[in-house]
Amino acid sequence: MACIEARGLRKAYGSTIALDGIDLHIEEGRILGLVGPNGAGKSTALHAILGLIPYEGDLTVMGRNPWTERDQLMCDVSFIADVAVLPRWIRVAQVIDFVAGIHPRFDRGKAEGFLAKTNIKRTSKVRELSKGMVTQLHLALVMAIDAKLLVLDEPTIGLDILVRKQFYDSLLNDYFDRSRTIVVTTHQIDEIQDVLTDVMFINNGRIVFGCSMEEFEARYVEVMVNPENVAAARALGPIHERQVFGRSILLFDQADRQQLATLGDVRTPSIADLFVAVMGNSANQANGAAQ
Amino acid sequence: MTPLSEKTSFYWSVRRELWENRSLYIAPLLVGFVAMFALAVSTVGIVERRRDVLLLDPAQQRARIAVPYDAAAAVLIITAFIVGIFYCLDALYGERRDRSILFWKSLPVSDRTTVLSKATIPMIVLPAIIFPIIIVTQFWMLLISSAVLASSGLAGTTWTRFNLIEHSLILLYLLPTLALWHAPIYAWLLLVSAWAKRATFLWAVMPFVVVSVFERIAFGTSYFGLMLRYRVAGYTAVAFALKANTPIDSLSQLTPGRFLTTAGLWGGLILTAIFLAAAVRLRRNREPI
Repeated sequence: MACIEARGLRKAYGSTIALDGIDLHIEEGRILGLVGPNGAGKSTALHAILGLIPYEGDLTVMGRNPWTERDQLMCDVSFIADVAVLPRWIRVAQVIDFVAGIHPRFDRGKAEGFLAKTNIKRTSKVRELSKGMVTQLHLALVMAIDAKLLVLDEPTIGLDILVRKQFYDSLLNDYFDRSRTIVVTTHQIDEIQDVLTDVMFINNGRIVFGCSMEEFEARYVEVMVNPENVAAARALGPIHERQVFGRSILLFDQADRQQLATLGDVRTPSIADLFVAVMGNSANQANGAAQ
Repeated sequence: MTPLSEKTSFYWSVRRELWENRSLYIAPLLVGFVAMFALAVSTVGIVERRRDVLLLDPAQQRARIAVPYDAAAAVLIITAFIVGIFYCLDALYGERRDRSILFWKSLPVSDRTTVLSKATIPMIVLPAIIFPIIIVTQFWMLLISSAVLASSGLAGTTWTRFNLIEHSLILLYLLPTLALWHAPIYAWLLLVSAWAKRATFLWAVMPFVVVSVFERIAFGTSYFGLMLRYRVAGYTAVAFALKANTPIDSLSQLTPGRFLTTAGLWGGLILTAIFLAAAVRLRRNREPI
């Protein structure tokens, strides 16, 4: 069964179109990274999936309609919007009591076990905790919920790199198993490149690119071309070219690796590099069409 | 898996409100202490005053001696009303302003349970909180005054003229019926707090001011203003049979039959249901501000 299934998902705020008819098919057990510039429609898509906003089109999450069945859906779905959403007035012990009280799939022992490894005091209020601690607390709550789908919308925004690393390590080692599905948006996409099984680019409310990471690694190759070979490399039809320290780095889609290896250093590109290439090309096309 | 029973999530949602809004019980407790302290101050010279009062006719004695106790009850009821108003204005607005609505909505609690648990606070929880606070405050006030009067043998003169048992029974009628009477006010405030993007108090009050002024200028009448006054302050005339300027001091003044058959009560309750249903719908598609 697909975990998330969308057909022609559309959302407009007045005359602004946030989602322009997107189709999604996300299988169980995947870790999908949703990448896009600010205002591309990432959060809108996630909010529709979580039943936080009404939408047009067909959308099924875990076999349910998120807009009409949000409360039931939230038994199977966990959600971290960003670090700032835990209420600041609540005490650590209170938030654990509350979630334990209302969530049928919450395992209090697990949450407390996770918190025991941190410096978070049970009597502290959220407002007294550092940003990193609030994230740890939220993560402890979410990881103690035996959910099928976890949605993370910029979960590590404003955190330092150490906490960000811990966050994803805990998520992978203590939480993820092959039966869960995770959808994550983040601006620090390169940090989670190894974590993802799938990646999707979204721009202007449309999905402009999507593939699995195996496909990504098989298809795309980046070459730091030796200066004397630049013309030869360009002749092979790179989809993007950039300069770093005076050397050209060319990005190829489905090229012969052995042939490229003769022209320079070959490596797998980062998602961010491909993102820039794909977005840059679509922007050029748009400009071309306008002219 | 389905959510836990509505009852369980409702129970925890109400507890959650009490964690967040400690003023719900701290404000009445403080006012209760102030009333006790004020009574202690008033005991200076009480013996002479009491001797003078005892020369009056029995009805006047009762009225004069009961004044501080009635005042304590009244001020606590007004405190609960004000606390309830400010609670409601923030209840569905604060969670959007601090973005915590995204956290609450990530949990399997329906919008209906959330809104109803918030409506429960002014309509049921606050009356239940102030009932014991009023009784305990009055009891201590009685003890303080008796202790001072005891030396002159007048200790019993307060207890016989302010009957705490009968007074408690009156409160057991007054507090729930008052809550029902004011229910549409609280429900309106909850609706505004679910809707407004800022300045909830202005949005809650201004429509009434505008309509009243319009009616006054356009038609020269003030029916709308009278209707508002009836809702805010018309309660005692409906729920009690009182002669002019007499205090509520006897169970014989209760008029539950008239209260329950007043159209204003049922009209108000219908409005309450409409406002709350609208607040549930609004909360469903509200996002952080």
